[in-house]
Amino acid sequence: MLFRYRGSEGMLAWAFHRISGVAVWAFILLHVFDIWLANVNPTLYNDLLSLYGSPAGRTVETALGAAVLYHALNGLRIIIMDFWPSTTRYHKQLWYANWVVFVVIGIPFVLQIMAPAFGLAAPFSFGG
Amino acid sequence: MARISVSGTPRPMSGGYELAIWYLMRLTALGLFVLVLAHFTIVHFIYDPAVQNANWIAARWSGAAWRTVDWLMLSAVVFHAFMGMRTVIRDYTKGSTQMVLTMLLYLAAFLIFAMGTIALVTFPAAVKVAS
Repeated sequence: MLFRYRGSEGMLAWAFHRISGVAVWAFILLHVFDIWLANVNPTLYNDLLSLYGSPAGRTVETALGAAVLYHALNGLRIIIMDFWPSTTRYHKQLWYANWVVFVVIGIPFVLQIMAPAFGLAAPFSFGG
Repeated sequence: MARISVSGTPRPMSGGYELAIWYLMRLTALGLFVLVLAHFTIVHFIYDPAVQNANWIAARWSGAAWRTVDWLMLSAVVFHAFMGMRTVIRDYTKGSTQMVLTMLLYLAAFLIFAMGTIALVTFPAAVKVAS
């Protein structure tokens, strides 16, 4: 459906925005619940957080970050086109610009989050 | 003049309630662009999840400033995420199914907002963890 129905950039931008939006919504349900749990039962919360730090947890974390970043960048693109309709003419170029920013910001995040899953030190250190 | 956007919900021409939601979706989006990306950078890039636990939250929420910032983010995200889901429900369902799902969605939004607010307000400054 994604590649046949009209297809092209506009359709994919919309589909990715919707999928990432629903995914982030689902994570927010979990995330508010876990913070609530931290208050009610800190021991159980700490067990849950060690799951977040596992290799599987880090993979989900990376996917979450990708969904959030795509949704944020594409959302900015939507706002630009909503308030300056003349920019709609360049909607494809704006979408490609989104992907450039997505990759440039995304790479250091992937390295930082995934390195410990492979037994490596996180590449960026903040002395914390 | 074509007042359309390629990816987003078209601006409602009828005005009133729907137009207010349309503007609020964009206003909360701009706020969340800053708040959520900063939040993700702090808790996933600057600090590793492996060093975070209930005590880490207690330290972060030791003052009112971060609690206020996080409550603003909670408020904006509950509105934005649940109104976004309302659009999804309206796109794929109709009639009584749509009404029931929308009411369940609003109920869930209220619960999540209440749980988040309770956690933010009542979280103790130091956490006792049974070991």
